[in-house]
Amino acid sequence: MSIVLEQSEIDRSLKRIAHEIIERNHGLSSVILLGIPTRGVTLAQRIGTFLSDIDTPVPVGTLDITMYRDDLRLRPPRPLVATSIPSEGLEGKDVVLVDDVLFSGRTIRAALDAIGELGRPKSVQLAVLIDRGHRQLPIRADYVGKNIPTNAKESVRVQLREIDGEDQVEVSH
Amino acid sequence: MNSPHLLSINDLSRAEILEILDTARELARITDGSMKKLPTLRGRTVVNLFFEDSTRTRLSFEAAAKRLSADVINFSAKGSSVSKGESLKDTAQTLEAMGAELIIVRHSSSGAAQRLAESGWVKSHIVNAGDGMHEHPTQALLDAFTIRNHFPDHANDFSGLRIGIVGDILHSRVARSNALLLSSLGAEVVVIAPATLLPVGIESWPVSVSYNLDEEISTLDAIMMLRVQSERMSDAFFPSEREYARDYGLGTQRLKALKPQSIIMHPGPMNRGLEISAASADSERSVILEQVANGVIVRMAVLYLLMGGAAVPTEGVLV
Repeated sequence: MSIVLEQSEIDRSLKRIAHEIIERNHGLSSVILLGIPTRGVTLAQRIGTFLSDIDTPVPVGTLDITMYRDDLRLRPPRPLVATSIPSEGLEGKDVVLVDDVLFSGRTIRAALDAIGELGRPKSVQLAVLIDRGHRQLPIRADYVGKNIPTNAKESVRVQLREIDGEDQVEVSH
Repeated sequence: MNSPHLLSINDLSRAEILEILDTARELARITDGSMKKLPTLRGRTVVNLFFEDSTRTRLSFEAAAKRLSADVINFSAKGSSVSKGESLKDTAQTLEAMGAELIIVRHSSSGAAQRLAESGWVKSHIVNAGDGMHEHPTQALLDAFTIRNHFPDHANDFSGLRIGIVGDILHSRVARSNALLLSSLGAEVVVIAPATLLPVGIESWPVSVSYNLDEEISTLDAIMMLRVQSERMSDAFFPSEREYARDYGLGTQRLKALKPQSIIMHPGPMNRGLEISAASADSERSVILEQVANGVIVRMAVLYLLMGGAAVPTEGVLV
């Protein structure tokens, strides 16, 4: 087991992502953050805090994609988590999906399907703390905290203080 | 849920009951917005196997399955080979051979669903949609879900709530399932009925018994009126309909005696004027139509939890 990201690096990555979101979208007027449970929600809230420190507050929502997964039959049913879409909806917005780890890309595919049901955003972008490679679908992230080359059998665990008590990312074999 | 089937409330732990109700709450939230239809069970087949007449339960299961994108095959015994003498076993096996993965069964014999699940005849998931005078678990779950929505302070614990189940307890599978479920969540359940409409062995139920509705009415947080099931009544269980309505019906006087925040429930179909007056059924307290809407949501949760995932955890790396 090795720690690949510490608290200060996580903070710095998220702050940089916040800056990149502002730069890429020429401001925040139409930006909405959607976190994917569980840790994506926490990360979206933190990026939201950075955005409001730097520029203006943006709506932050959550999107549970359980019902859209294509691997449901490969594991026991999971409990559903709350979905909350900001009241202004997604129509015409620049939606930034936020997740902790980008791996096969299947979660993001499911999220795109769910978004398709909710409306027609102007664009959908993806922010992840860790990109560990091994994509099974043609999906890439627009904002990456850190690229970590891994073996497909390794597991990457993101821990955040709001949920796990401390901030760190570890890779175990 | 640990079991691949839903046969009886007795098989569910309190944690499993709350899992179903929580899943239903999230489904209600999702489908309330613009995600009306979810792709979760696309390509899977669900069969409604109904040996007994039913409109709302069958439609409710059908709506639930369709909202999860499952394919639905409806089978009703009338006009089928059952009237030619085909057995439960053969019928179920035939439907499974056509691709059914989950069978929702209603039968006039108590224990029919259990027999189907445990006999080894079929591999499908089995959901009991009413077996004789035994149980109707999804009705109890939707009733609990409805009560929970109206008493948010009691979301995970019904203790402190007093719930009356009134009328034909003897013939009612709804009453039994509800008594088990509501008391398992901590509610105080009182059944109120004439002695002729109480089943033998009622003392082993987790409920108290009363013969006098007027004494109880002002103590109840929810009052559940049961349908008088004339089709199951071969004897005279009460002297006349008028006398029944007077003693055990929810009429205008009793409506006034209810606590301000209490709710009126009925599993349907109603005999207006017999167990419930039109004024009560249509009053502001009545949540009867909410029960119908919640039925679809709760059944979606049950279908998802039974067939949405793998039976056993599979090894492998998934994100």
